[in-house]
Amino acid sequence: MSGVRNIIVAGLGGQGVLKVTDILAEALFEAGFDVKKSEVHGMSQRGGSVSSEVRYGDEVASPMVPAGEADVLAVLESGQLEVVRPLLRAGGAVITPEDLPLDQLKNPKALNTMMLGALSRHIDLPEEIFIAALKANFPEKLHEVNVEMFRLGRNFR
Amino acid sequence: MSGKMLVNGNEAVALAALDCHVDLGCGYPGTPSSEILDEFARLGGSAEWAPNEKCALEVGIGVALANGRSLITMKHVGLNVAADPLFTIAYSGTPGGLVVVTADDPGMASSQNEQDNRRYAVSAGVPMFEPSDSQECYDFLIEAFRLADKFRSPVLFRMTTRVCHSKCVLDRTGNGLPPRKAEYVRDPRSNVMVPAFAKLAHRRLRADLAAMAALNEKGGWNKVIRKSSELGIITSGISYQHVREAAPEASILKLGFTWPLPQKLIRDFVSGVKRCIVVDEGDNFLADNINAMGIPVEGKAEEFRFGELNVGRVRKLLAGDTTPEPPPAPGKPPQLCVGCPHRKTFEALRDLDCTVSGDIGCYTLGVMPPFNAIHSCVCMGASVTVGLGLRKMLPEAEARKVVSVIGDSTFLHTGINGIVEMVYNRPATGHVVIILDNRTTAMTGLQENPATGRKLDHTPAPAVSLEKIVEGIGVEHVDVIDTTAENDRFKELLKERLSSNDISVIIARRPCILAAAKAKSYEVKK
Repeated sequence: MSGVRNIIVAGLGGQGVLKVTDILAEALFEAGFDVKKSEVHGMSQRGGSVSSEVRYGDEVASPMVPAGEADVLAVLESGQLEVVRPLLRAGGAVITPEDLPLDQLKNPKALNTMMLGALSRHIDLPEEIFIAALKANFPEKLHEVNVEMFRLGRNFR
Repeated sequence: MSGKMLVNGNEAVALAALDCHVDLGCGYPGTPSSEILDEFARLGGSAEWAPNEKCALEVGIGVALANGRSLITMKHVGLNVAADPLFTIAYSGTPGGLVVVTADDPGMASSQNEQDNRRYAVSAGVPMFEPSDSQECYDFLIEAFRLADKFRSPVLFRMTTRVCHSKCVLDRTGNGLPPRKAEYVRDPRSNVMVPAFAKLAHRRLRADLAAMAALNEKGGWNKVIRKSSELGIITSGISYQHVREAAPEASILKLGFTWPLPQKLIRDFVSGVKRCIVVDEGDNFLADNINAMGIPVEGKAEEFRFGELNVGRVRKLLAGDTTPEPPPAPGKPPQLCVGCPHRKTFEALRDLDCTVSGDIGCYTLGVMPPFNAIHSCVCMGASVTVGLGLRKMLPEAEARKVVSVIGDSTFLHTGINGIVEMVYNRPATGHVVIILDNRTTAMTGLQENPATGRKLDHTPAPAVSLEKIVEGIGVEHVDVIDTTAENDRFKELLKERLSSNDISVIIARRPCILAAAKAKSYEVKK
């Protein structure tokens, strides 16, 4: 179980947090990793804080990221950073909306795919795998805008 | 469709149900169990939402008495409602297969308590499986139906929040069970639990449990990982995943078939290590039962019976560290959606200084600011009857302020009996019940219910009329009102009803904003 990498995505209910980790987990699965993804559903999601965790490597045991072991925190609403910060390891990366080219965000609903793009730079996988997983998780009419937002997030700076 | 896939535990159960040729899936929505039946239906299985868990289990019993296979799903507290049929069908058994999923919620992510339903396996005398990931959800559900076939016994399938909702890799083998053929043998000695027959059935049940315990010794549902001879850990369910990460050097006995327990297997494991600790979420279920066999193991400290376990907590548990844990950083609490039809209802209740007896659903969030308009909430359906008790005990001026609020699905679940009680044993000051009718079962994910006019798969169904039910029971005043569009009229009406000694039901009807859009898409499909 050594070498497991841990990603946290957090935000508020309705921002598409779970969509980001669904796509991410699928991309990692397609790339051949053992993957686990965990979150809490139900009442906690009624507009409240939402976070979702993805772990991957050769073999993953617990689906929950231990405190202080997250490699990346990606936060869709900056206020949520303090909620998940205890999970971050020393030297781990933090991505907030301020790190994204928000002036080019065509639809606030696509903030999550732009974030996925930025997050994807921390994961050693080719872009095509992410694009394929992204397309598999949206209806065809939303492919173009989401792929565009993903690429903006991935290639910014 | 066989092969590797990334699915959560609920989806894995649905896949296994399909591969076992389950004839009917039946349940009542409840986090974290709700997606099982939705997914089973999506895959082509036959699935229904019942008005409550007791109805669901009883329909499932009928299917299994007719030699079919039924899968019954509910959250942990749902099994309290379905406990009555469970305890007696354990005696008589069924020729077909009956598996009851109980999805427990340690940590109460979306529940009113964190009861440990493994106790039900003991008290009802039914065998129990506890999967620890999606693979075991799939494999063990097939094993549960196989065991049901062998012993005619209902089987409890105990999942927890993180097993239900964590996605992991599943290798779907497709090695399920062949279909069963509908057949009903009139066999009153087996199926009519009058005392003379039930006395025989109880003895048969205890003998079957002993046979199952013997089978469990060598059945392959439990796993022994021999490593350190210093430390052994006995564990089950999701805790196993935390344990193997927190204590990679320890020997582990991972139990999958957790009732009746394999005594010899446990004894052999414990005798092979210097120290044996049991790590499981919730009650000290395994440690208490193992100690009762005269096998010395250590249970977890009291501190760890609260909430979920995780890798960090298991490390602390094993180290005997019971120092208080830092409270989690406060996030943004959930709240009623902007545009939620319940908002205007709760504003009125607050402004009129009502004492509100509440119920289970999104609308329980009426307890939060700025409404502060729910003052008690116990279990499904309790709003009506608890409100009646308040009315009976409080002095008149206080009694007049009492209002019960209950959602449409919750009303149909266990609220109707409360209306009967209200008509039959009416308080001197009368009573007012508000049915918050948002035309969906919102909190658990917008499932259909008997009043929405659609079945589980959103195809048309006869719609049960809430107003006809309460009128038929004998309620004096039944009003239907949109409290958002007619807020002033609603306030006047509520004042009038509260000042009378009559019994009244006000149906506050306006669709949930999240459900309304979906309902439209179902219309198009039709």
